[in-house]
Amino acid sequence: MAAAPGKIPRWVDVALIPLVNIALAFLVSGVILWTIDVNPLTALETILFGAFGYDEAIGYTLYYTTNFVFTGLAVAVAFHAGLFNIGGEGQAYIGGLGVGLGILLMDSSLPFLLILPISILLSAAFGAAWAAIPAYLQAYRGSHIVITTIMFNFIASALMVYLMVNVLIQPGSMSPESREFAPQGQLPFMHEVFGWFGLEVTRSPLNLSVVWAAICCVLVWAFIWRTRWGYEIRTVGANETAGVYAGIDPRRVIVLAMCVSGALAGFVGINEVMGVHHRLLLNFTAGYGFTGIAVSLMGRNHPIGIVLASLLFGMLYQGGAELAFEEPKVTRELVVTIQGLVILFSGALAYMMKRPIERAYLRIAGGFQRPAEQEG
Amino acid sequence: MSDPRPRQQDGADRPASEAQSPPAIELRDIDKSFGPVRANKNVCLSVRPGAIHGIIGENGAGKSTLMSILYGFYEADRGEILIGGKQTRIRSSRDAIAAGIGMVHQHFMLVDNMSVVENIMLGAESGAILTSSVAAARAELERLERDYNLDVDPDALAGELPVGQQQRVEILKALYRGAEILILDEPTGVLTPQETEQLFRILDSLRKQGVTIVLITHKLREIMAVTDDVSVMRGGEMIAHRSTAETSKEELAELMVGRKVLLSIDKQAPQAGATVLAVEDLSFVDRAGVPRVDKVSFAVRAGEIVGIAGVSGNGQSELLELLSGIKPITSGGFSLMGERFSAGRSLDPAAMRDLKVAHVPEDRLRSGLVRTFAAEESAILGYHRDPAYTGRIFMDRDAIQQDCARKMADFDVRPQNPNLKTANFSGGNQQKLVLAREISRDPRLLLVGQPTRGVDIGAIEFIHRNIVSMRDAGSAVLLVSVELDEIMSLSDRILVMFEGRIVGEVPAHEANERLLGLMMANAAPERSGVAG
Repeated sequence: MAAAPGKIPRWVDVALIPLVNIALAFLVSGVILWTIDVNPLTALETILFGAFGYDEAIGYTLYYTTNFVFTGLAVAVAFHAGLFNIGGEGQAYIGGLGVGLGILLMDSSLPFLLILPISILLSAAFGAAWAAIPAYLQAYRGSHIVITTIMFNFIASALMVYLMVNVLIQPGSMSPESREFAPQGQLPFMHEVFGWFGLEVTRSPLNLSVVWAAICCVLVWAFIWRTRWGYEIRTVGANETAGVYAGIDPRRVIVLAMCVSGALAGFVGINEVMGVHHRLLLNFTAGYGFTGIAVSLMGRNHPIGIVLASLLFGMLYQGGAELAFEEPKVTRELVVTIQGLVILFSGALAYMMKRPIERAYLRIAGGFQRPAEQEG
Repeated sequence: MSDPRPRQQDGADRPASEAQSPPAIELRDIDKSFGPVRANKNVCLSVRPGAIHGIIGENGAGKSTLMSILYGFYEADRGEILIGGKQTRIRSSRDAIAAGIGMVHQHFMLVDNMSVVENIMLGAESGAILTSSVAAARAELERLERDYNLDVDPDALAGELPVGQQQRVEILKALYRGAEILILDEPTGVLTPQETEQLFRILDSLRKQGVTIVLITHKLREIMAVTDDVSVMRGGEMIAHRSTAETSKEELAELMVGRKVLLSIDKQAPQAGATVLAVEDLSFVDRAGVPRVDKVSFAVRAGEIVGIAGVSGNGQSELLELLSGIKPITSGGFSLMGERFSAGRSLDPAAMRDLKVAHVPEDRLRSGLVRTFAAEESAILGYHRDPAYTGRIFMDRDAIQQDCARKMADFDVRPQNPNLKTANFSGGNQQKLVLAREISRDPRLLLVGQPTRGVDIGAIEFIHRNIVSMRDAGSAVLLVSVELDEIMSLSDRILVMFEGRIVGEVPAHEANERLLGLMMANAAPERSGVAG
């Protein structure tokens, strides 16, 4: 979208407000830490060092970031069509199922270079299919997408439990996991990739799917802002009546946007199933789908913002785990609380500070480009 | 707040003594800036008590800002407000109400599923238990209706009342709160000529009761018809004060725009050619089973403008949507240059565009544009699949931008910046952008709805000239408007719609406001040329 001069410069909305929101979240977290006699500054230092201080930490942080980029992009694409896709979690789960089933079938007969693209297609197709049903119900039957996508998360979860426990479980095993994939069904870890070039990097779950996440950012940007399908999605999302006037069928746009959204969420399966666990198992989505909503909100539904927001949440996941490990008074639950506060302030309360900050900006700067829209 | 202050009842006509009494409203050097833009520059205004005072000006002239200051939505940066000669600080609408100021907004603020009496007491209840306040409110409402000749059923649901009556409820709401000064913001935008007449009669009787009325409008005719005094605003400044009896439409128009304006359009006699659009028994029944368009038949030929007059909501919108392929035909059909469309044939706005049917929609913000888009993106809405703008996958940004710049230059869209967000253009410039998009395609049939709604006078002239020149270039034009002036000055033939039917046809040169108004209310004597 072209940078439109509004009365408030874009950087206030895009950079300042999210930063203030994060600062507020950290402030409240700091108060909580202070009450349990933990020095908030030391805690912050632990988080930052734990997330970025050494190569293993960076690996973990980027591994989490990869998942958030996929789910954040998924929420953003649906959002541009005016849809609130709460079902990223389920779509990621089913996307992973697609990857797992595909690799279990292929890994004994096909080479890696064939398995990889097929797996990407399978994760996209399974994720898209899981999103397509709520999309169809919304577009042609009038059921609300928020409700149906939430329900589909539960259905996905139940379906996975059934499949893992009854069908895909490794014979003779007690834990509901499939057999491990053969090596050609495994996506190389980044420490392995660096190893090929003779670089010594500590082992971490970070794998090649981080590259795919970066490619997806570019693809989503081009799709939304440079293709006519993106144009149609944005038209319907911003003004459905105008879409109808323009000869765009909103129902088809809803299904298209949700399929793209579900496909992106499905890529979590590439990272988790093909990249990290190398087998099908339960609960590998671990809430990434839900955090994607906060990521997308915070990133203003733009790939660049989503990358930055994903990094923040990656840092919180990794640095938070480190904090719980280092600081005995900080429990795992408290780390979740801090993450929750960031989500609360930058997601749910994303616009709480908008007006005060804008007013403060106007008072301080005094100069802006356009008048308030006054009819008079 | 529940106990409206008693109002002294003045004599039937404005007594001469009031001329000496202090002005009901006096604004001194009101200044209001939004950042570097001064919406009001040293505005002075003096409104005589018991007078109807018109404030006229183009969109963006500062009228609404001024009234928002008076009603406490904004606080002025500088300046004084005197109400009844007393300096008053108005910081909220609560202060304004306490000072005896009431406001009737352009868009009504009624709760549709509450009764009239409930709406009137809303926000002015006397306690937590409603029964006693309802009874008191009902008694007071009946007194007000009697005193001011405002007839509304207190138990009717607000949402079910016709628009004219809803407006009365708004007026009653203000009076109930003890308003002695009534501000009406563009009150006639939604009314039929007959309802407008009634409103003016109501205003007249309010004036006789001593209520001071400030009427904000951009319609010269209304200023001339009902006001005692008129003030003209332009560019945030108060340009002139006139006594209505001593001024003319032409003078006011010139003051508003700052240059001479042609209020009528010079156009040649139509050179009507072959029939482009033939509508036969076209019907559309909505989901609730109500026939919105009911067996409508008419024809539009190349090189003529056919106007459809009618009170809004009588099927004109649906007719345009049927002809542009937005709504599906229920029965009957139409032929477009020999191509036949009927209930069985599924319609699609994109297909209609391919047949060179252009459509300027009635509500540009609801359907004609996307507010959040850059102007260049709004300027291809509906034509975005055209190979000129898009390749197999990617859109051609340069082509789109150049195309928009060209349209902006041709249609004098200001500012000429294709990257500016659509919402940041004024109403007139947005409308020019829509018109540019639709007209520059050289359509064979041009469907135009409300081409000048919310558009300032300078742009109206420009838009009208362009519609006429489309006609002269051989397009068939179907014009829907609720502005009778517009219909009468643009059309070659006028059809009148009422409850989905075409109830009459008048050649433009025989049309006058009274006749059309009666036909619009379906109260016209039988006429010969009834089509449909």
